[in-house]
Amino acid sequence: MLIITCPFCGPRDEVEFACGGEAHIARPLADHKISDADFADYLFMRDNPKGLFLERWRHSAGCRRWFNVARDTVSNEIVEIYPMGSLPVKTAAKTTYKTSWRRDTAAEKAATPSRSKAGGSK
Amino acid sequence: MVSRSAASGSPQTKPQRAVARIDQNAPVNFTFDGRSYRGFAGDTLASALLANNVHLVGRSFKYHRPRGIMAAGSEEPNALIRLGKGAYAEPNLRATQIEIFEGLYAESQNRTPSLKFDIGAINSVLDRFFPAGFYYKTFMWPASMWMRYEHVIRHAAGLGKVADDHNDPDRYEKTHAHCDILVAGGGATGLMAALQAAKSGARVILADEQNEFGGWLLGEADIMIGDCPAFNWISDIVAELAAMPNVTLLPRTTVFGYLDHNYLTLNERVTDHLPSRPAHLPRQRLWKIRAKQVIIAQGAHERPLVFAGNDLPGVMLAGAVRTYINRYGVCPGQRAIVVCNNDDAYRTALDLHHAGAHVVVADLRAKATGPLMRAVRDAGIEILQGHAIIAAYGNHRVARVEIAPVNDAVTEISGDIDHRDCDLIAMSGGLSPAVHLHSQARGKLQWDDAKLCFRPSATHEPSFNIGACNGSFDLSAGLKEAVRAGTKAASATGHKTTALDTPIVQSHKQSWRPLAAWKIPNGHAAGRGQKAFVDFQNDVTASDVSLAAREGYQSVEHLKRYTTTGMGTDQGKTSNINALAILADALGNEIPAVGTTTFRMPYTPSNIGAIAGRDIGDLFDPVRLTRMDDWHRAHGATFEHVGQWMRAWYYPQNGETMQQAVNREVKAARTTAGLLDASTLGKIDIRGRDAAEFLNRLYTNAWRKLGIGKCRYGLMLKDDGMVMDDGVTTRIGENHFHMTTTTGGAAGVLDWMEEWLQTEWPDLEVYLTSVTEQWAVATLSGPNAGKILQDAGIDFDLSPTEFPFMSMKEGHIGGLAARIFRISFTGELSYEINVAARHGLALWTRLMAAGKAHGITPYGTEAMHVLRAEKGFIIVGQETDGSVTPHDLGMDWIVSKTKPDFIGKRALARHTMEYDDRKQLVGLLCSDPSTVIPEGAHAVLDPDQPLPMKMLGQVTSSYFSPNCGRSIAMAMLKGGHALKGQTVFFPMLDGSVLKAEIVDTAFFDPKGARING
Ligand SMILES: [Zn+2]
Repeated sequence: MLIITCPFCGPRDEVEFACGGEAHIARPLADHKISDADFADYLFMRDNPKGLFLERWRHSAGCRRWFNVARDTVSNEIVEIYPMGSLPVKTAAKTTYKTSWRRDTAAEKAATPSRSKAGGSK
Repeated sequence: MVSRSAASGSPQTKPQRAVARIDQNAPVNFTFDGRSYRGFAGDTLASALLANNVHLVGRSFKYHRPRGIMAAGSEEPNALIRLGKGAYAEPNLRATQIEIFEGLYAESQNRTPSLKFDIGAINSVLDRFFPAGFYYKTFMWPASMWMRYEHVIRHAAGLGKVADDHNDPDRYEKTHAHCDILVAGGGATGLMAALQAAKSGARVILADEQNEFGGWLLGEADIMIGDCPAFNWISDIVAELAAMPNVTLLPRTTVFGYLDHNYLTLNERVTDHLPSRPAHLPRQRLWKIRAKQVIIAQGAHERPLVFAGNDLPGVMLAGAVRTYINRYGVCPGQRAIVVCNNDDAYRTALDLHHAGAHVVVADLRAKATGPLMRAVRDAGIEILQGHAIIAAYGNHRVARVEIAPVNDAVTEISGDIDHRDCDLIAMSGGLSPAVHLHSQARGKLQWDDAKLCFRPSATHEPSFNIGACNGSFDLSAGLKEAVRAGTKAASATGHKTTALDTPIVQSHKQSWRPLAAWKIPNGHAAGRGQKAFVDFQNDVTASDVSLAAREGYQSVEHLKRYTTTGMGTDQGKTSNINALAILADALGNEIPAVGTTTFRMPYTPSNIGAIAGRDIGDLFDPVRLTRMDDWHRAHGATFEHVGQWMRAWYYPQNGETMQQAVNREVKAARTTAGLLDASTLGKIDIRGRDAAEFLNRLYTNAWRKLGIGKCRYGLMLKDDGMVMDDGVTTRIGENHFHMTTTTGGAAGVLDWMEEWLQTEWPDLEVYLTSVTEQWAVATLSGPNAGKILQDAGIDFDLSPTEFPFMSMKEGHIGGLAARIFRISFTGELSYEINVAARHGLALWTRLMAAGKAHGITPYGTEAMHVLRAEKGFIIVGQETDGSVTPHDLGMDWIVSKTKPDFIGKRALARHTMEYDDRKQLVGLLCSDPSTVIPEGAHAVLDPDQPLPMKMLGQVTSSYFSPNCGRSIAMAMLKGGHALKGQTVFFPMLDGSVLKAEIVDTAFFDPKGARING
């Protein structure tokens, strides 16, 4: 049973939260034509790493706000909690972000340039 | 000086020199297996039975062997008892932990018909048919035999019997608590650490599973702390802690789970020890504690020795024997053999001697010396060094042993066998630290080759292990660790404290290094001779472990499951190390290389009632009622659960069957008028500059140009293109919409919208508010709906030109402010009338009164389903299952071709969406118009094809339609749209085959002519 520090409410029991799965899956923009296989990277492919994982959480039984969490799936240590639409700043979490296979996908490239949105990390 | 007089049977007890923890002025009467006995306040059921000379208390799991009391604490594997009667009965409780009270009623388990004569004991004679992995080997294929096997296994497996009445009448509670420091275990070191930490002002919770704090010291007579008997020291420190406002003491409370981030679960037995349970108190309380720091002081478990016949009643752990003598004033035998591989058991020999028993010590070690041995010899006790008990015999209690000299490694008998009579064996195979909580919390273990035990190395959570559970069996060392841990833990929580002086401990000087002797030879070939038990609760013998190793089970986790070692309710507290040492030996490997199995919660069995707490019955899941609920109940409605809601299902009148009632309601809605309580529909208020743009991205159709006061139906897809919800949304103002969702989907849709707004489109300015409970909704439907609204006092013009289909107006009905939506889920002239929730019942009764002259008929959810099915309208979750696209539903018309994007758009363009064998929505007309095809029935094109048949899909909705005068159905069939006009077949379970024609889904008024009444 984790303690998660909601950026808006403070440290709370895990029961108040819902995990939203992998973070930083950018949604391809409609004006980019990408193949079904490339689109599947966005739609279906999800990481399940042993170790540090960047994931989205929602304070579902609290303020209902979404935020990002860098959590070690083995130790359950929470390395960093950072706002939606931003990237982690802790070295280990930054490395996890940078080295993700997703950074090289056509789906992610198709999510930029961002014309109508700020942040844009989902 | 306490002398204990036995209540019945022969006097078992002699005057003791220690102060026993029982109150001889408070006799307590209890019943065991139908016989009455007397004990004293302070007794456990185990100590009271022993005091009454009752040693046989149960039958073993597999062989039904007679079993007695082996231990004195929660590690007891044998003495499992069914406590209480009727609904209060609880099986598998350890007699060693049950505090007796006046009128206690207990029964032994696993015996038929009686404990002394048990027919299951035949298994003991047939033991050669019960080898390790018996179930796996015996009950294999063919699969067709499984039903029969399962019956046999279920009958044979499992200990104890649950309550006769499964409705637990007791009340349980849950408590959440936070503290700076949780101390698990209230023995000497736990008390010391708690005091040290509490002196800093930190908030401390100290929990111990026993009724009194003091741990194993409660059962020791030869230890002085700070110049006074250990117990005085304990009383003083408990009194000091009890007086501190920052300390919570929880006796009778087991810390049974240690989860992530220092979250611990405790079970407090609040009233189990009382003869009657006060109504204001729960029976048990589940504590969920979040601690900043945890100090584990769980102590250690003594290990049995593995010799033939070691499971007989009267064979006990040496430390437990001391506890029964010193704490409870019961000497469990008069002629005792102490058999050991260590110094500690010599203290048992001395206590037995002082209690008046005749004692012989058989020490596996050839050359053990020290002050303890001298004290024992000086007392005139015979010591046989380098000797082992190689077999014990007896019927319902040990009566005789064979003792023989053994070689240094205790692998061979090295001399003549001597026979001795006895009624008690006190065995000691060394101590195993209770590393359970530490391990549950994913702490690491290391093998201590000197003390022959696993003890904690690195911790994973912020915690400390102190004393015996840390492998520090010496009390002085343990107390030093306690002071250190208490100081450090306090400091880690921001509290400063100066280290207390560690009290001086006076006790026999002894070595804590046992001899490694895991399996004592019995003079026979492997697998022959009497059984030597490793796991007493699950009847696993030393030869079972060796056999498993020979059969290739080399991993300790596999061994555990194959032999079931450590899988009983005691989780192998006494057996694990012996099993693993014997496995290591059989594999020719080192113990640390073999490793341990995973420790899991609960530490001891925990009552499910306590885990459920008050979340049972009506409180299990909240039920939501509409504001018109009272009216529905008063008018005889039946109800169905829809999500958390209770909805009126149908309103039977004058003994109508369900079908008759539904037929009448469905008819009325198309001939006069029907009134439906639609308050449960999800309602979301959407506001903000970008509200229209947001809806445009959320729904498949276009929303930007929807006029103010206009309604539109929308389908919501997941980004994989599959339908997730539908509903009508209305533009209230330029930047203000009112969305409706399905009843069950309301919360999920709100979450879904929030997710997109917060994570994908944070640039959109949109605010969402759930208003489901703010509006009460009555849907008036049918040709007379307009007339009824007039008579009810509507204050605006209802003519179709003024108030056309798919529009909304705000006005009043008989003075009640209302939003009225001209939308229809029946195909009839229909008004969805929304009023403030508090006016819901007033609106309903007003409409019913006004409608009386116009044939108004309340209808429930069943009629609603039939009415919409007559029109071919889908219900998300009934026609759809998360794998259905708008095209599959024949709803291409609602998918915009021009919008640049919406959720699900790209996915709908995937090439797999064009496969012609996707399941598609069709209508079905059964060849027999009176037969309603069962929902879920599977369709085939050719009913005579060989098995397995090629299945087309399934019926999703199926009803008798009184308005069509026949049965109707909808189905999702592969390539269904192209099959229109064809016949499909439905093979039924009874061998019959139904036949149906594939048709359009609009069964009634396909042109929609009735929408304006
Ligand atoms: Zn929050």
